[in-house]
Amino acid sequence: MTDIIKLTAAETAAKIASGELTAVQVTEAHLARIEAVDEKVHAFLHVDREGALAQARAVDEKRERGEKLGPLAGVPLALKDIFTTEGIPTTVGSKMLEGWIPPYDATLTKRLKAADVVILGKTNMDEFAMGSSTENSAYGPTGNPWDLTKIPGGSGGGSSAALASFQAPLAIGTDTGGSIRQPASVTGTVGVKPTYGAVSRYGMVAFSSSLDQGGPCARTVLDAALLHEVIAGHDPLDSTSIDEPVPPVVEAARNGSVEGMRVGVVKQFRGEGYQAGVIQRFDESVELLKELGAEIVELDCPSFDLALSAYYLIAPSECSSNLARFDGLRYGLRVGDDGTHSAEEVTSLTREAGFGPEVKRRIMLGTYALSSGYYDAYYGSAQKVRTLIKQDFDKAFEQVDVIVSPTTPTTAFAIGERADDPMAMYLADLCTIPTNLAGNAAMSLPCGLAPEDNLPVGLQIIAPVMKDDRLYKVGAAVEAAFVEKWGHPLIEEAPSL
Amino acid sequence: MPGITREEVAHLARLARLELKPEELDHFAGQLDDIIGAVARVSEVADQDVPPTSHPLPLTNVMRADEVCPSLTPEQALSGAPAQEQQRFKVPQILGED
Repeated sequence: MTDIIKLTAAETAAKIASGELTAVQVTEAHLARIEAVDEKVHAFLHVDREGALAQARAVDEKRERGEKLGPLAGVPLALKDIFTTEGIPTTVGSKMLEGWIPPYDATLTKRLKAADVVILGKTNMDEFAMGSSTENSAYGPTGNPWDLTKIPGGSGGGSSAALASFQAPLAIGTDTGGSIRQPASVTGTVGVKPTYGAVSRYGMVAFSSSLDQGGPCARTVLDAALLHEVIAGHDPLDSTSIDEPVPPVVEAARNGSVEGMRVGVVKQFRGEGYQAGVIQRFDESVELLKELGAEIVELDCPSFDLALSAYYLIAPSECSSNLARFDGLRYGLRVGDDGTHSAEEVTSLTREAGFGPEVKRRIMLGTYALSSGYYDAYYGSAQKVRTLIKQDFDKAFEQVDVIVSPTTPTTAFAIGERADDPMAMYLADLCTIPTNLAGNAAMSLPCGLAPEDNLPVGLQIIAPVMKDDRLYKVGAAVEAAFVEKWGHPLIEEAPSL
Repeated sequence: MPGITREEVAHLARLARLELKPEELDHFAGQLDDIIGAVARVSEVADQDVPPTSHPLPLTNVMRADEVCPSLTPEQALSGAPAQEQQRFKVPQILGED
């Protein structure tokens, strides 16, 4: 059983397709692993044991009937608890939706089911995807499998921890300011934020609609590509969904190369606040890219220095609007409905009881930034910064094919270390936020352990809008070179739980 | 830009429909003040001739044909309601006595 959980998704799918393993065997092995280690890790909020086994049985029957199986048929997956799942609880890590069972599937959920991917359950996350550490979950924090006293990143800490602790070979995250890439970075896994609009947001609980993007999480670049292809593509139910063909990401992942590519290194993605070991591993990655045949180009993107500030005005502004729907009237929690309070009072009491501190802080920040007298100075100015960031990216991509940077300025920090200092927490997203503001695609993959703490460091690759395949082409080349250098994938160095 | 006072937080909480506890007002006043202080730099570009970007994609209205198509049943739509009556959402009192 141990060997099954160590397989990549591609290997698992191949073994199921050939009949060497059954989907039920694979699912049972992962359910057993969850039972054995998740008490320590707390990656899952809900495990759908019966549902997963039923899906697995259906795959095996399909195979027995000789029907064609999809490229990920029978492979287990951990789904971030932000996507609606018919008949399975969806909490978004919040007390506001505790016990809520959606009557419909998100488009992404539907696509996973249609591809015969086995959904093991729903993973822990910062409440409403607000956070960089998964400490803001109303259901308690998740531990980083590399060191359970450290954060697994956020907001998709449950998904990344499930991968790093071999509870699932595939997971789904969402990335509003880095919530796929930052968790991937600190857990030594692969996470991709596709181009904004490439993966449907229908049925994904909204935090900041112009920034939120669902995407694949895996332990290898090829696995991420296979999952990317399953979940991406136009959805008429989402008016922001891009109606263009999905870039050839799997083909790119199978043909990794940086030969002749121009790779940009941005001056603004280093300096104060960056851990020495992170910079060391990043510099080594740049050297590796040169050795593999890439041309390195230094870039100056001055507006990136303002990206964090713009993000922490735009995201709260949009969340203050999006979360207005949690009013205790139609679904979720209702508090104070004892006949003595008006609907308005019930709404205020419900929201006070249902939201945690980070959500309240951001709702009020957004309310402030959008309020009369402050709108131009804050929200309006943040939108102008967003224009400048897009312009910086446009100029950069005239000179280079992709940009690389550290994914996060530091490795995983201790649980509780930044809990009372929101600005220190927000710095975790320093390198990831510009791409959310501009809408382009980015990936994080492991590039080694920081010498000072032996924790994973992530390399970020950024590509232009709808050029997601470049992430996989570069990522696969870098991954292969690192595996050759280390003699094994980095994840094998994670301590056993 | 002004520092965020306790009274201002109370006002924001009313606007945002959050019945904050007294201790939360003090706590958030300090934190919001720090955050606003740190992000106020965006206004450095405000006087430049820069068009605002509200969304990464050029947004257009998406229309569908006006045809009846499957949707949630009343039972499904009401399945998560805190209270319901006669196939409707039952909400607390909205209109006053007078």
